[in-house]
Amino acid sequence: MRPEIERRLRLNTDLAARVLTAFIREEVEKAGFQRVILGLSGGIDSALAAYLAARALGPERVQAVMMPYRTSSPASLEDARRVVDDLGLPALTVPITPAVDAYFEQMDALLGEPAPPLRRGNRMARERMATLFDLSAHFGALVLGTSNKTELLLGYGTQFGDMASALNPIGDLYKYQVRQLAAAVGVPPSILNKAPSADLWEDQTDERELGFGYDEADEVLYQLVDLRLSVEEIAARGYDERFVRLLAGRVRRNQYKRKPPIIAKLSGRTVGVDFRYLRDWGL
Amino acid sequence: MTQRIQVALGQVRPVLGDVGKNVDKHLEWMEEARRRGADVVVFPELGLTGYQVMDLTLEVARPLSHPDITRLVRESRGIDVVFSFVEESEAHLFHIASVYASGGDIRAVHRKVYLPTYGMFDEGRYLAAGSGFHTFQSRLGQTGMLICEDAWHVSSPYLLALGGATCLVLPSASPARNVMEQGDFGSQAFWRQLLQVYAQLFGVYIVFVNRVGFEDGVSFFGGSGVVSPLGEWVYEAPSIEEGLYTAEIDPGVIRRARYGTPMLRDERADLVWRALGRLVDGGWRG
Repeated sequence: MRPEIERRLRLNTDLAARVLTAFIREEVEKAGFQRVILGLSGGIDSALAAYLAARALGPERVQAVMMPYRTSSPASLEDARRVVDDLGLPALTVPITPAVDAYFEQMDALLGEPAPPLRRGNRMARERMATLFDLSAHFGALVLGTSNKTELLLGYGTQFGDMASALNPIGDLYKYQVRQLAAAVGVPPSILNKAPSADLWEDQTDERELGFGYDEADEVLYQLVDLRLSVEEIAARGYDERFVRLLAGRVRRNQYKRKPPIIAKLSGRTVGVDFRYLRDWGL
Repeated sequence: MTQRIQVALGQVRPVLGDVGKNVDKHLEWMEEARRRGADVVVFPELGLTGYQVMDLTLEVARPLSHPDITRLVRESRGIDVVFSFVEESEAHLFHIASVYASGGDIRAVHRKVYLPTYGMFDEGRYLAAGSGFHTFQSRLGQTGMLICEDAWHVSSPYLLALGGATCLVLPSASPARNVMEQGDFGSQAFWRQLLQVYAQLFGVYIVFVNRVGFEDGVSFFGGSGVVSPLGEWVYEAPSIEEGLYTAEIDPGVIRRARYGTPMLRDERADLVWRALGRLVDGGWRG
């Protein structure tokens, strides 16, 4: 990463942690809740969300849920447990294998072909989402999101799966900044230092699946999104134009994942168009 | 020796769209400020309504004669108060207004002139712009009010200073942005520098009161404070934390600052007037 971009992606971690803990505390309490619930994968994003939530609410008000599938790496579960132990969180382990396997046993037979990894992965992400929202009702806890800005921009996540939540404290942090803040709030080194993985199949890593590294992507995304430079302007700065174009294309193509469903307008006042209120209406 | 003035800064977190709750909080804090011996208490922009009112505008808007407003005005005995809300005119224009009330009466009303409608801001969609800056006499001395974005136009404090103001009251709802830099938020750092420059150039005290709290993930940074005509932040409230804070204004400082750095004395309003006249007559985009 070029030093001038690196410098601009450097976080004031103390201030960022203060804002994000205040965000969690205030949004949870004014919505009339006392607790949050989140899925802990063993990765850095959900670990960071857990540390911020524990700091905001106290660990007893942060319900952790581990939801391994049979192919999930045992090391991931171990790392998730490390977070639970380090913070002293109430935790539940809910294997999703029976539900996911039962679904595909039936669906593969109905369709007459085995589901490819992408469908299987999406189903796992949505099984975890459905579990979290069910437990949300049981515990009276808001679901905390764990998608970072890099994933949201690239659309590297499952719509209505891991991208679904009530509150997302880390959605405006690039992966590069997630690492800084995670280190600052005390996320264990084994989590900080491993290769990021959605862990949807064996030996998956994000960077292998995406075809590029997060630092590389963040460097370009920052210039596209935050500095509002065009593809041509970034290429003129000496970046590979094909790569910049690839990222810009991904950002555009995945806009649908970042928006609620669109509604056909018929009336004079339409939800999502000209019925304009914040979600914090009356809070 | 000049009488020092105690100013309370009501760095509140308003409830979005619940005027009743916000009025109650303002009344409680006025009482607390009075108990602490404050002469004036200042609340932030749209402290009675919340900031992003959008389509709530119709529900939260109040004429000056509305009981919610007269209740606050009536309580301005023993303490002056500056509060802000969506004001509805007789012609049903909706303004972001701030009221200065004293002794149970309204002394001045300022309607926000510059409504930011760009980037994350959308005020111009719902609200009407005010039409001027006026000074008035108050416990703070000759006073002028600005609301948030008004202060991002250099002509606003300039006009108030030329109009005789020695104290500018600046209720704000400024969001925290850019935590990338060391120290303050990027947006807060800009405010700090801006107000220091104004205070020093125009020889005025500035009372800056910025709200806190979140609205749909957007946080308002607080960091209210008082800047002296010497360009010093004589008091700074914490950022992010809700609270009632008190600061002191020493009118003697205005006298010394204006003697030592007499920029306002040397200002050429006549020259500016002629030059602006030529620009406007010559078809300047306005």
